[in-house]
Amino acid sequence: MPDGMTIDYDGLIPNNVDLATDQRVRKALETWHPGYIDWWKDMGPEGFQQSLVYLRTAIGVDPKGWAKFDYVKMPEYKWGILLAPAAEGRTIPFGKHKGEPAWQDVPGEYRAMLRRLIVVQGDTEPASVEQQRHLGATAPSLYDMRNLFQVNVEEGRHLWAMVYLLHKYFGADGREEAEELLQRRSGNQDTPRMLGAFNEATPDWLSFFMFTYFTDRDGKMQLEALAQSGFDPLSRTCRFMLTEEAHHMFVGDSGVQRVVERTVQAMQQAGITDPTDIASVRALGVIDLPTIQKKMNLHFSLTLDLFGNEISTNAANAFNAGIKGRYREDKLDDDHALIDATYPVLRCIDGQIVEQQAPALSALNMRLRDDYVKDCESGVGRWNRVIEKAGFGFRLKLPHVAFNRAIGEFAAIHADTEGNLLDGTAWNERKGAFLPDDADAAYISSLMVPVHETGKFASWIAPPRVGIDNKPGDFEYVQIVQ
Amino acid sequence: MDAMATRTLIDFRTDPTCYKHWRIEFDGPVAHLIMDVDPNGGLVPGYELKLNSYDLGVDIELHDAVQRLRFEHPEVGAVVLRSGKDNVFCAGANIRMLGQSSHGHKVNFCKFTNETRLSIEDATENSGQTYLCAVSGPAAGGGYELALTASHIMLIDDRKSSVSLPELPLLAVLPGTGGLTRMTDKRRVRRDLADVFCTTEEGVRGKRAVAWRLVDEVIPPSAWAETVAKRAREAAARSDRPRDAKGIALTSLERRIDGGSIRYLLVSVDCDSEKRRAVITVHGPTEPVPDSVDDAVAQGAEIWPLAMARALDDAILHLRLNEPELGLWVFRTEGDPAAVLAYDAFLETHATHWLIRETTHFIKRVLKRIDVTSRSVVALIEPGSCFAGTLAELAFAADRSAIFAGEASGDNKPPATLTLGAANFGTYPMGNGLTRLQTRFLGEPQSLAKAQTAIGAPLDAEAANDMGLVTFAYDATDWADEIRIMLEERASFSPDSLTGMEANLRFPGPETMETRIFGRLTAWQNWIFQRPNAVSATGALQRYGTGQQADFDRNRV
Repeated sequence: MPDGMTIDYDGLIPNNVDLATDQRVRKALETWHPGYIDWWKDMGPEGFQQSLVYLRTAIGVDPKGWAKFDYVKMPEYKWGILLAPAAEGRTIPFGKHKGEPAWQDVPGEYRAMLRRLIVVQGDTEPASVEQQRHLGATAPSLYDMRNLFQVNVEEGRHLWAMVYLLHKYFGADGREEAEELLQRRSGNQDTPRMLGAFNEATPDWLSFFMFTYFTDRDGKMQLEALAQSGFDPLSRTCRFMLTEEAHHMFVGDSGVQRVVERTVQAMQQAGITDPTDIASVRALGVIDLPTIQKKMNLHFSLTLDLFGNEISTNAANAFNAGIKGRYREDKLDDDHALIDATYPVLRCIDGQIVEQQAPALSALNMRLRDDYVKDCESGVGRWNRVIEKAGFGFRLKLPHVAFNRAIGEFAAIHADTEGNLLDGTAWNERKGAFLPDDADAAYISSLMVPVHETGKFASWIAPPRVGIDNKPGDFEYVQIVQ
Repeated sequence: MDAMATRTLIDFRTDPTCYKHWRIEFDGPVAHLIMDVDPNGGLVPGYELKLNSYDLGVDIELHDAVQRLRFEHPEVGAVVLRSGKDNVFCAGANIRMLGQSSHGHKVNFCKFTNETRLSIEDATENSGQTYLCAVSGPAAGGGYELALTASHIMLIDDRKSSVSLPELPLLAVLPGTGGLTRMTDKRRVRRDLADVFCTTEEGVRGKRAVAWRLVDEVIPPSAWAETVAKRAREAAARSDRPRDAKGIALTSLERRIDGGSIRYLLVSVDCDSEKRRAVITVHGPTEPVPDSVDDAVAQGAEIWPLAMARALDDAILHLRLNEPELGLWVFRTEGDPAAVLAYDAFLETHATHWLIRETTHFIKRVLKRIDVTSRSVVALIEPGSCFAGTLAELAFAADRSAIFAGEASGDNKPPATLTLGAANFGTYPMGNGLTRLQTRFLGEPQSLAKAQTAIGAPLDAEAANDMGLVTFAYDATDWADEIRIMLEERASFSPDSLTGMEANLRFPGPETMETRIFGRLTAWQNWIFQRPNAVSATGALQRYGTGQQADFDRNRV
């Protein structure tokens, strides 16, 4: 009998939710399982399904237990249902039900709202696996390849986490939605994933690092907000997912940093003093800083769209209902109801960007986005310190939130990365200066050659300081079996 | 802010050069009517028209576009309703707008939008101009209601686009622009599935939408553009409209408002706010009928029946929205009854010509507006009037009518007569599917038969009264006093009870989808629009968007 801390590995599906005695849900999940494995084989990492990958698997949900490392073939990875331990006597932390006992079942009146949030979150998990499925072929090292696959299997587990909630709490509708999560395909014209950024290709490894840094960070923010939920199973699920998500952040953060490191190192060695001398930098087989900036511009702006409209009734409803909180709600010091509070929102009025006070409840998407932008700054600061230490004046910078937007207030206008408005002509003329163009893509693509030798790295990326699981530099993170 | 309290004059006259929210693109026999609402283009301040949501201003343009497509584009056989926005088809009526509007404005808005949607269906049924709807992005509430007007609804199967009627769960009101009724009466959606659909905020998409008959087909994105184009071409190919004909221009309608006086070329309105009354005088034709149908086309919008109908239509809409306190409308006519009948004969002779067909259907729709107007309507048939044929319908549309018997002293006007024409026996059906005379004589078929024998004969007061075609006949001795007393009395009653009584008495006989929309759906909607659960400070309409749920009074009434 699981105590909620250890994981039951006896059945088909590892879990800490007592699946052994929950016939209905176990049957539903076992019915769903073959479809998932088929999906993984069809849409999971291409070409490395038989390779042995040094992956971590959770064996317990306490801080000590969730990272056990071993070689595993990805299709045999133990995807399971893991919830953070229940907090005794937990109450709903915000909204109109604040202080009431947290729900252990779905309240009927919020069923549709909850299901929608879970499906949207769930849809992003397999989507990123699909987006990244070709990257194994061009991994710059076995270390990076392993990190990619770790991210992939954990995104797969996150799908399981959401599917468990759908099966357990949402009846026939939930099962139908769970099935559809396996049917949609990233970037497919007819069956696309639900959110725009998850239908964009991840064509190269710099995109992958940017994606894990910027887009997975949106995932983190959403999970943080859902981890506050008054619906306790969702809260517990998301809390555990966040422990895994931290690794994805790390992959992106350190990945970009290693690219930057390698670039400045190569520039130093070659005596290049002007980081914007793109041709000279590229001649060194590294990625010039202006192109890294353009990639940042792209991924940051695409990700901002995931936060939805700045003023959102859905977000207001979800908060007031106690379903989705704010980032670190439990650390915030206010009434957690926000009925009369306001929040400053950037709006686009008559083609001008202006700040307006809006009802705080309606502005929750904006608030989460602001928290996200702050969170993004930290990594950018680290990257810049690498550049600074190497003695270059160049600085990477997050573009303005109005830049390159397709959703929300700024969808209707064009702005440069500083937030200055541009007309359509100016935008088309200058777009190539802000966003990667075909030539940039072709150059990056030319660098994407696989490096399979242990301890070796592609020309454009520096080795990590520390290995995974404290392994030495020449550790064979992936035993490739073609 | 209250749209009515500000008394901003709402003008129903517009044309495509002034549109803020719609555009029309032409592709041979197919027109694309594209909704692309300007969020900052609301009729009054206080709300943003996000996500292709609409207010009366958006619908005024839609109404104009539908009308122009019929008159100005005989070559168009199919119209595709679609969205100009990437991520949404239409989110329905703007909630903030509803939240800040007076009850009266909401009711009038709803009535006009209902009439516009019926006019879309009228184009499909009677004009050979078939409306199709291409739903990409969510069509929610009024958005789906708009789609429901099309004879063929296509839904893109992109896993995101859906149709929904979320009014009840989201706003505690009804899909009141025909939504409930079209679902059950037009699309014959099973009532239990309709119940599920109307209580599911997120709606239905994909194959289930087809299985439940909410849409006609779902189309994968890869085949979307091609299939929509194909369906439109097929519909256009079935049209009997002349491909090579040239339309007429619906030229700007001249109107002069001067205090209480509103003047069009063929209609005058005299408002008396003290007496709470508007006297609407329709002028008969002064020009002879055209020599030929080509001549009629050349006259364009100037030809009497069309010019008269356009002016009357605008007057009705103007009075409804801008003069809510004028609770009594008095219809008068001036002119030569024979001239009216001559035009009627011309319309009948050329009934199958596209322009003539449009004209009679337009007159039909204008008369229907009177039927559903919440004003007491009295027709006064006086010496010098021309209540004949088409214009006699005004008398039959009225709640009561009076005819002047004999001659007025010191007046050389011809005596008052009422003349029936063929037009009174089928050209202008009411919403219940019957003519006004059939409706009037529901319990006395012999009277209807007798009336038919009198076609073309000017009936004097006595004859008209005997035949039951008028309510009262008064001679010179009594006329002035009786009419004064009748009108004063009428203006003194409770406006609400009059509205309720008139709406009931005007539509005896069979129910149709149309009468159910106006008589059942909107009546219930208007009740809900008065109830605290919807409209109080803690009701759903006010609370919408704040994140706070409404506080409901849980008593069932």
